[in-house]
Parts: sequence; structure tokens; C-alpha cells
Amino acid sequence: MIRDITLGQYYPGESWIHRLDPRLKIVATLLYIISLFVVRDFGGFLIAWLALEAVILISRVPRSYILRGLRPVFLIIAFTLLVNLFMIPGDVLVRFWKLQITVQGVETAAFMGIRLVLLILGSSLLTLTTRPIQLTDGIEALLSPLKKIGVPAHELAMMMTIALRFIPTLLEETDKIMKAQQARGADFETGSLFRRAKALVPILVPLFISAFRIAQDLAMAMESRCYGSGRPRTRMNEIRFARRDLAGAILMMSYLAMIVLERILW
Amino acid sequence: MAIKVEHLNHIYSPGQPHEHKALEDVSFTVADGTFAGLIGHTGSGKSTLLQLLNGLLKPTSGSIFIGDADITRPGVSMLKIRRKTGLVFQYPEYQLFEETVALDVAFGPENLGLAPEEVDARVREAIALVGLDYDEVKNASPFTLSGGQKRRVAIAGVIAMKPEILILDEPTAGLNPQAHEEILDMICRIHEETKNITLLVSHNMNDIARLADQVLVLDGGRLVMDGTPEEVFARGDELERIGLARPDALRITGQLRRSGIFVEGSPLTLEEAADLIAKAVAP
Ligand SMILES: Nc1ncnc2c1ncn2[C@@H]1O[C@H](COP(=O)(O)OP(=O)(O)OP(=O)(O)O)[C@@H](O)[C@H]1O
Ligand SMILES: [Mg+2]
Repeated sequence: MIRDITLGQYYPGESWIHRLDPRLKIVATLLYIISLFVVRDFGGFLIAWLALEAVILISRVPRSYILRGLRPVFLIIAFTLLVNLFMIPGDVLVRFWKLQITVQGVETAAFMGIRLVLLILGSSLLTLTTRPIQLTDGIEALLSPLKKIGVPAHELAMMMTIALRFIPTLLEETDKIMKAQQARGADFETGSLFRRAKALVPILVPLFISAFRIAQDLAMAMESRCYGSGRPRTRMNEIRFARRDLAGAILMMSYLAMIVLERILW
Repeated sequence: MAIKVEHLNHIYSPGQPHEHKALEDVSFTVADGTFAGLIGHTGSGKSTLLQLLNGLLKPTSGSIFIGDADITRPGVSMLKIRRKTGLVFQYPEYQLFEETVALDVAFGPENLGLAPEEVDARVREAIALVGLDYDEVKNASPFTLSGGQKRRVAIAGVIAMKPEILILDEPTAGLNPQAHEEILDMICRIHEETKNITLLVSHNMNDIARLADQVLVLDGGRLVMDGTPEEVFARGDELERIGLARPDALRITGQLRRSGIFVEGSPLTLEEAADLIAKAVAP
């Protein structure tokens, strides 16, 4: 069903990873992604993979759930693999028809594949273990130094919060409208591409109307509670850098050191 | 055509952290021509049951017979189910999408693959049945109508498919008292004219007591009562324990009795109650 789409979905939990400061988690994820591009050989990937495994184990998010994050990007990964496999010149391994696979091709394909998979799993762990609201709070906090040069950090974070908050609502709305039209005999699954595109009209029109209605209601509700951006605000849940965050930061640093050492020494 | 439901179970998102058991071992039958009422506290599984009856959801286990056909079998034609059972969702006006009222009402019949003349005839008939003037509204945009009118158009869109079973999920939610009465009258009229099975979900016990021949009560996904309104509402204390209420007529006569005015019988409508009270206080 449409509701089951995992889109930056949060997996509720109380693990050590879940409770880390969101700012730390965001920075650590960025560093992890950068580290994947620092790595030059499979030894480095081994370290990166082990680190990811450790985080998965501590977070106690089921593996099936994490792997689901790969599904939407499966095509991209497959495409990258194929292109690398066939297009890289070098020592020929097998040759058939007009295609050839080279040793270098296999190596690069494996390399790229591992990098992509680790990249996606690493970043999906961030959204799986961090509540969307914490995530945007974290982004706002990290962007706030840029307020001085006129970056509207708070507004950006608010827009993100609202967008994230309403993804499930809109999915639910879509589900409801689809069912209502199906009850009237609409058919979204069969027919030519053109027919199927046309079948979307009975969903899209009510969906847009709903979206505008929700937006209007929300704007009204925010205004009637005197929401106005621009002034500094206080928060109900302050994010604090605790001792466990310090431990997390140290672990992250050691990971980076290992990656860098590995690259220099081998 | 009758509805027969056997040992129906439904679990949302099975195997996931937010797995939810919405229906548990529900069995009942609704005979042909019955006006049935379905009541239950919010979250008791009413809407889930309605969607199962229309084939929009597949049950985890159990079977649903519409007439002789088991609609839970793989490979049954959904269009056939939809031709037999019409489902009006809660707030159905949010499904309107066409440029004109007539086109919107025609959406269902067209999907059934009917001939244009037949579609046209049905659209006229359905719009008249819901108490709107065809010539007045046919070219209007559905979005310019009032809330109550939109609701009628949306219901007409389902009625135009001429279902033998008409299922309505809280069709009067959010309407003013007058529109509320009009919509219910309309549903009654359609029931009498077409002799269909009507299954009405409502939070208003007065409406259910007044209209239904059979009352089904859900609580936490289980069917806890199934009987005539007299039988079901006689168990008022149990109903209150699961978050439901007695109809006003029963509540008032009960209170009078407790304060010493002995009113005989158990009326279901306020008119009956008034008669009985008049009899009780007459010198
Ligand atoms: N798509 C879904 N995914 C997961 N759980 C759901 C879904 N739809 C409904 N539920 C849950 O199933 C239970 C029954 O829901 P349902 O909508 O059938 O209740 P209802 O009796 O119609 O309530 P109401 O009177 O508020 O309309 C609720 O607890 C609800 O949270
Ligand atoms: Mg409901």
C-alpha cells in the first residue's frame, strides 16, 4: 500500500544511537559520506563497512528495514554497475558480441557499487534513528551561524519541518482519494500508458485541492497562535550536547583517523 | 443478494513495528433488503470493515460472500464487486474532480462501461434522487456548491452505479442539523425505492435506532452485538461501557423512571417516547 513507502522514515527506538545529539549525527553522516570518497581501496571499505555494521547493531533497527532503503535506488545502482563493468578499457577478461569485460572494469564496478550502497545505508541510518523534528532542529542549529550573512536558517528549517510533517498526511490523503475513486470503478493498474496517465486526473485534482486546504488551515492556525518568524525563539526541547555525544564524537574521530591512516599507509 | 461475513480478520502492516489488528474474528449476515446500522467507538474498525466489503482491502483471513460470490478469493473481478456494492466514504465531497456536476456523477457509470445514453439516464436519475435539480446543477462546477450540496453530488456519483448494496460511512458528518435530516431522508427514500441493502455507519444513536432493522456493534475490532435495535439498545449499560450511548428516547424515559414517573415500554424514537410519556403522566 502507498502508506508503506519508506521515505526518510523514522524507526522508533531508544538506542544509544537514537538518543545522540542530532547535530552530531548530521555532521557524522556528512563526514562518513566524505570518508567514502577518501577511500582508495577495498581495505578502506572494510573499515567503513565494519563501522556501519557497528552502528546498525547498536541502533537495533532491523536489517530488513534498513535494506528496504536500497529499493528505490536499485535501478541507479544497477545502472552504475553495468556502465562501469562494460565501459572501462583495460586487460580483457571476457569478450562476447561487441561487449567486453575487463579486470579494471570489474574492479571499478565493485568499487562504485560498494561506495553507493554504503552511502545510501549510511544516510538512511540518520533518518531511521532521528525524529524528523530533531533532524530539522539539528539542521537549523548547524545553519544558524549563517544567519549573520542573511541565510534564513529558521525559515528554511520551518519549511522542512512542515514538509516532513505533511508527507504522511498527503500519502494518507492520496490513499483515501484513490480508494474513493476505485470504489467508483476507477482503474489505475491496466491499460496503455496514456490511459493510465489519464486515470491520474481523478486523484490529482482532489489531492491538490486537499493540499491547498491543508496549507490554508495550517497558515491560519499558525497565525492565530501569533507565529511570526524573524525573532529569536525559545524551544520546548533544547538540544544539548551530552557526555554520550562526546563519546560519539570521539568514536567518529577515531573512525576518520583509521580511514586516513589506511589511505596513507597502504 | 445478501452479505455474509465469516471469521474475518484484518491486520494493518503485518510484520512491521506499527502492525495493528483492526478486525478480529468478525462474522455476521445481513439479509436482502435490510437497512443495517454499524456502530462503534472511534477506532473500532468500522471503516476497515466497509473497505473490506467493497474489496478495497484484502482481509488477512476469513471470507465475505456478496450473494453467492466470495469476494476475498483471488481473481474475482473488482469491477463486478463495485457494480454490486457502492461505498460512500466519509467526507465524500473531497473526491469530486470533474469540471461539472454531471460529468462527475457520470464517472462511476462510465467506468462500468455503460452506453452513453444509459450513463446519461442514470446521471439524471441519481441527481434527482439526491434531491437536486438536474437542469440547475448539471453544468455547475462541483467546487462552487455548498458543503451539503457537494455531499449530495458525491453520493449521487455512487448511486448512479445502481449498487444493490449501498454502504455509507458517516454520511452526515460535519453537516448542519437540517442537511443532516435531508441526507438521511434521502438515504431512506433510496432504500425504499430500490429495495437495496443499506449499511449505514453513524455515531448518532438516534438515527440508528430510528432507521435500522439490524444493528451491528464493533468494539476494538470485535463484533460484540448483532440484533434488532430493540435488542441492542436494551443493553444500554454495556453500550456505555464501550464508549457508545443510548438513543435519547431510551435515556429520557429511563431517567423519568428513576425519578418516579413510570413510563412503560422502551421507545426508540422521540415520537414514541412522547406518546408513552403522555400516557404515563395522563391523569
Ligand atoms: N491504513 C492503516 N494503517 C494502519 N492502521 C490503520 C489504518 N487504517 C486504520 N488503522 C487503524 O485501525 C483501527 C480501526 O480503524 P478504522 O478506521 O476502521 O476505525 P473506525 O471505526 O472507522 O473509526 P472512526 O469512527 O474514527 O472512523 C484504528 O485503530 C486505526 O488506527
Ligand atoms: Mg471511520
